Amino acid sequence: MKRTRSLALGALGFFLFLGLWESLPAFNIVPASVLPPPSALPNAFWREVSNGIWFSSLLTSLRNYLSGLLIGSFLGIALGVATGMSATLESFLSWVVRILRPIPGLAWVPFAILWFGIDPAAAIFIISTGVFWICYFAALGSVHAVDRDLIEVANAFGFRRTDQRLIKVILPAAAPGILIGFRTALGQAWMAVVASEIFGVPGLGQRMMQASNLLASDIVVIYMATMAALYGLIDTTFVMLQSRVLRWKR
Amino acid sequence: MEAIISLRGVGLTFTRDGEQTEVLRGLDLDVAPGRFIAVLGPSGVGKSTLLRVIAGLLPPSAGIATVNARAEGFRLPVALVFQDSRLLPWRTVLSNAGFGLEHGKVSKRERHDKARAALALVGLPGFDKRYPHEMSGGQRQRVALARALAVDPDILLMDEPFAAVDALTREALQDELARIHAATHKTIIFVTHSITEAVYLADEVIAITGKPGRLAASIPIDTPRPRRRDDPDNRALITRLRAILGEEETA
Repeated sequence: MKRTRSLALGALGFFLFLGLWESLPAFNIVPASVLPPPSALPNAFWREVSNGIWFSSLLTSLRNYLSGLLIGSFLGIALGVATGMSATLESFLSWVVRILRPIPGLAWVPFAILWFGIDPAAAIFIISTGVFWICYFAALGSVHAVDRDLIEVANAFGFRRTDQRLIKVILPAAAPGILIGFRTALGQAWMAVVASEIFGVPGLGQRMMQASNLLASDIVVIYMATMAALYGLIDTTFVMLQSRVLRWKR
Repeated sequence: MEAIISLRGVGLTFTRDGEQTEVLRGLDLDVAPGRFIAVLGPSGVGKSTLLRVIAGLLPPSAGIATVNARAEGFRLPVALVFQDSRLLPWRTVLSNAGFGLEHGKVSKRERHDKARAALALVGLPGFDKRYPHEMSGGQRQRVALARALAVDPDILLMDEPFAAVDALTREALQDELARIHAATHKTIIFVTHSITEAVYLADEVIAITGKPGRLAASIPIDTPRPRRRDDPDNRALITRLRAILGEEETA
């Protein structure tokens, strides 16, 4: 009962939101060129899809997103785990980390353009930099938090090499924390995709900026909605995967 | 018969932040194969440290510790059971029980068979797919015992294994252990705080007292098996052990 009620309330809120949105340009409170009404969107969406731009922008952005995510998370998790396991490596890197960590991901844009040009590689670089730090700190913290007693269990049953300790205990024990970091990175990477494309790298963000420059605000909304939907889809899929992987948790 | 565990003048000193703490000093001990030894002593006296020395997890800082048991095939020479079960929470019961067999010499099928046999031995059949958090403390402790038995060790080292379970479960687990010892003839070193538990289970009780810990007494228990918990013959022994351990605590 409670579930139905909250579902109904959610739907009510959503349609009120759409109604309010529709009424603002309809009653000329705001001109439709500044705020396109929702009723104009299906038509705009159809135009973008039928000329093929929507799909190709989507693919390009997804490619940048996945490449950046993969590179950044792999390097971040690998280095984070290694640093967590080795106090020597941690001390060795501590100053470098302290200098590089506070730099916001977008502050790398000038160098990304300098090194890679206006090219997908620049976007991938910016995306992976942001993802890297999130995953690095998540992995480092999770490895530090691994119960020493469980490592002793591995030792007691003859798993004393570093690789055995890593596979038998450290990675599975740190997995929940690493996955939480990775989920944060999923969202962060989307922001980086859009930001880097606004600087000219082809993709959804670039198409959105073009539309904005042509005052085609309905197209802008289409791409905003596309990004929201895509992020929602990715996040939901990930949470499903995560709960499968972590089904041993209470 | 040759001793399976032989300690000669074993001492252990920890160094932390430049500060040295001597935990054990001058320990001599010979354990014949198949003996059940209970180790009694106040908290912090180094009983757990002694187990870790025998397990080869800590090298002694003085003296010599010899363990005449070897790994062969899938078998490990020594296996440990901890107080807090220490199961790997991401593994099922079956996978936890087979943990010590993942050394590449055993096929997956064989490993599962051995793990199932060990689980049956500790009275936990049919729980294969459960996760540790779905089980009671006593059941988890049984899985931990199965994990140790699965590698078929010559020596079973138990560190207050029943201290964290309720009294009734504890008695059931004690009886289970007595049965397993009678059936498998493994050498058992059993650390406990409970004098009655030690006297009920062991062939020999050793008491470690003082700082650093030293061997205060070694008392064989000849009460025939199967034993009774309220055996009047044990009363004098319990009083004596209480005196040895109590004197030291007030000193």
